[in-house]
Amino acid sequence: MSLLEVKNLRIEYPSRFGTHTAVKNLSFNINRGEIVGVVGESGAGKSTVGNAIIDLLSPPGIIAGGDVFLDGDLISGKNIDQMRQIRGNKIGFIFQDPMTSLNPLFTVEQQLLETIHANLKMSNSEAVARAISLMEQVGIPEPELRIKQYPHQFSGGMRQRVVIAIALSGEPDLIIADEPTTALDVSIQDQILTLIRNLCIEKQVGCMLVTHDMGVVSNVTDRVAVMYRGDLVEFGETAQVLGEPAHEYTRSLISAVPRSDRKLGRFPLVSYIEEAHELEKLDIKTHWLGQSEDQREYTGPLLNVENVSLRFTTKDSFFESKREYVQANKNISFSINEGETFGLVGESGSGKSTVARVIAGLYPPNEGKITFEGIDLTALKSEKQRRPIRRQMQMVFQNPYTSMNPRMKIYDIIAEPIRFHKLAASEQQIQQIVFDLLDHVGLGKMAGVKYPHEFSGGQRQRISIARALATRPRLLICDEPTSALDVSVQAQILNLLKDLQDELNLTMLFISHDLPVIRQVCDRIGVMRQGELLEVSESEKLFTNPQHEYSQHLISLMPEFKGLRTAI
Amino acid sequence: MSNTDTKMLTRWEKVKESDFIYHFKRDKVAMVSFALFLAFFLAALFAPLLSPTNPYDLMAIDIMDSELPPSWMDEGDSRFLLGTDDQGRDILSTILYGSRLSLTIGFLAVAVQLILGTIIGLSAGYFGGRVDSFLMRFADVQLSFSTMMVAIIVSAIFKASFGAEFFSEYAVIMLVVIIGVAEWPQYARTIRASVLAEKQKEYVEAAQVMGFRAGRIMFRHILPNCLSPILVISTVQVANAIMSEAALSFLGLGLPVDQPSLGALISIGFKYIFSGAWWITIFPGVVLVSLVLVINLLGDWLRDLFNPKLYKG
Repeated sequence: MSLLEVKNLRIEYPSRFGTHTAVKNLSFNINRGEIVGVVGESGAGKSTVGNAIIDLLSPPGIIAGGDVFLDGDLISGKNIDQMRQIRGNKIGFIFQDPMTSLNPLFTVEQQLLETIHANLKMSNSEAVARAISLMEQVGIPEPELRIKQYPHQFSGGMRQRVVIAIALSGEPDLIIADEPTTALDVSIQDQILTLIRNLCIEKQVGCMLVTHDMGVVSNVTDRVAVMYRGDLVEFGETAQVLGEPAHEYTRSLISAVPRSDRKLGRFPLVSYIEEAHELEKLDIKTHWLGQSEDQREYTGPLLNVENVSLRFTTKDSFFESKREYVQANKNISFSINEGETFGLVGESGSGKSTVARVIAGLYPPNEGKITFEGIDLTALKSEKQRRPIRRQMQMVFQNPYTSMNPRMKIYDIIAEPIRFHKLAASEQQIQQIVFDLLDHVGLGKMAGVKYPHEFSGGQRQRISIARALATRPRLLICDEPTSALDVSVQAQILNLLKDLQDELNLTMLFISHDLPVIRQVCDRIGVMRQGELLEVSESEKLFTNPQHEYSQHLISLMPEFKGLRTAI
Repeated sequence: MSNTDTKMLTRWEKVKESDFIYHFKRDKVAMVSFALFLAFFLAALFAPLLSPTNPYDLMAIDIMDSELPPSWMDEGDSRFLLGTDDQGRDILSTILYGSRLSLTIGFLAVAVQLILGTIIGLSAGYFGGRVDSFLMRFADVQLSFSTMMVAIIVSAIFKASFGAEFFSEYAVIMLVVIIGVAEWPQYARTIRASVLAEKQKEYVEAAQVMGFRAGRIMFRHILPNCLSPILVISTVQVANAIMSEAALSFLGLGLPVDQPSLGALISIGFKYIFSGAWWITIFPGVVLVSLVLVINLLGDWLRDLFNPKLYKG
């Protein structure tokens, strides 16, 4: 008999606009000592399943049908007191963000002891001994010392270990891990997953691992359930599902994962994922978009960054000697040629976004020179002089949920820069341009009358791109344009960018922390760490033969995911 | 909301379908408050039509009618439903005319606060640095004096320098300016805080990258997104302004005796409350308290509605 048996589970969210069915008729099971992965894009209902099993659905969600059995015992529909006996004691839960899932006002010891006393009957000294041994099991060094510390004294990875220790403290039979490594760096992700893997085998505990990361699934799970919009589309052995997927959706999901081993022209098979209209081919040569009046006589590199440094003041003082700074960019130099895609890669806090903002003119640099088509931008005195150049450089931002004014309609968002820079002769022409742009990024004319909140993240990123194109730019700065999106949507956005670049001969500065994505998109790549540019090299050369020590380290950490076994 | 629902809604249908109306219809407190507020507002607006006598018309007042109790009491007069004050004015009519003055001063004073506070708060939040430090220290200094103190000092100075007659002629405008100037830091602080939050969002950076001017970004992009706190604070401030006006009038620094507002009426009646003429104070007092109460309840309801963290069924 399997440890957890979910039969025909149906979860509904009633609202005044009708009932939204988050999970439809889901059935799967988990055995002891086994890790079952649940994958799917955001909104597929994977986290909802985990919450429903321990009866912690956020209101107004309800279990509308189906049964959940734990060890043959029906646990769905139990009352609050009976459920409390099961939580912690039978089922442990690991949350996504270790930064917020521990109470910052209590020591780790207090939080561990609280859970132990709630679930097991034992004296205080026994409980302390158990807490220390748990800390030891999850691999925290010097547990006797560290148990007295507060959560803020632990790093992200160590905190997640503490969360795992708490989840284990009631000797559960089943662990539900909801995106346990999403908030962590790649190197720590590996350690945490290995830890969960080993604990499951040692203690013969079943584990449900909710994740959106196909790399994680392929590395640690035994079986995998693929969810799509509340439906279970495929469930089986991991190697089988990932290697030879039976369902169309699984195939397109897997093919959307950027490959780390070689560069593909485009991502294939992504049409299943989000209903975007087919790109309507425009005759760019005759269309407004292609008729830029900007002179193209200059032959040097389009953008040249020379010895740029920027520091932020962290402590201001009247006296120069007492001021404190943090150096965001140190002496950065690179150049981008016309029509090229230049990538900047580095961990969070490495200053790559700051470089983009300096180039876009959002922060003035403290030192150095930036030339755009031979014009020295740092020498420009006023905003007025800069304005014609601003039009030629546009930016696509990371977070599609905050990068558009929520109180403006899409039509006005795209039309505003055209009107402001007086790029069109008449209101009629503006309307034509906006509709063409919306069609061109795959949204359709009807999108114009809606507000940003009516669109999904991927669709919003398309709007962002349309807005950036509305000024007919020559340089497009993409600051992590896909890091807030699902892999499948990411693949579509990257395809779109690639198509636009080919058509319009755009030059791109592409910033990402994701090495496989950078590899798929960029011609040349710069590696950054702590505000310094360590290495600039051709894309293929960087991945096959990295020169700098840090680049080698980054590339060795890159998760390996080879994609479908059979070539498409 | 689903994307398949692409049928066009008219503006009115959109309003009817909005969360605002939906939650309003399900909240009895909000509905009752709004109904009462509307009743007060309409009564004040149509005071000349509704009131049985005109309390401002000195010819119609007869000193012989002074201090008559409400009509249902023994010595009451059927002409004066709620009795008369010390000068023989009908209390009901005076309340209607008085609430007209109170509401006018309340709304106009808030408009003054709103304009001053929005411009100052928006500039402080958007430009930051020295501008921010200067404007906000200025606001802090003003906040360190109590509103009443500022209002009393300013109106006393006005009264002394322009003479009581000039002051009473322009009393409404004076009160609007005094209360408006005394309370703008409330707005400036709230707006500055939400501007700082909005400024972090990337749409502001996107507008900057487009090359838009500061004024355009401030008023067209940032301000519309700060509207909900402004709306909430406005309801509270209207109530506060009405209270301030009443307090100033009570202290004899507000409206002149021949144009009594609610506060002035309470003040007049206060002298007679121990000689048995309670109605002069109690009726305007009840109106003032319920008016302020319903405005505050509406404000609370709005604040909860705009707080996305509260789950609203």
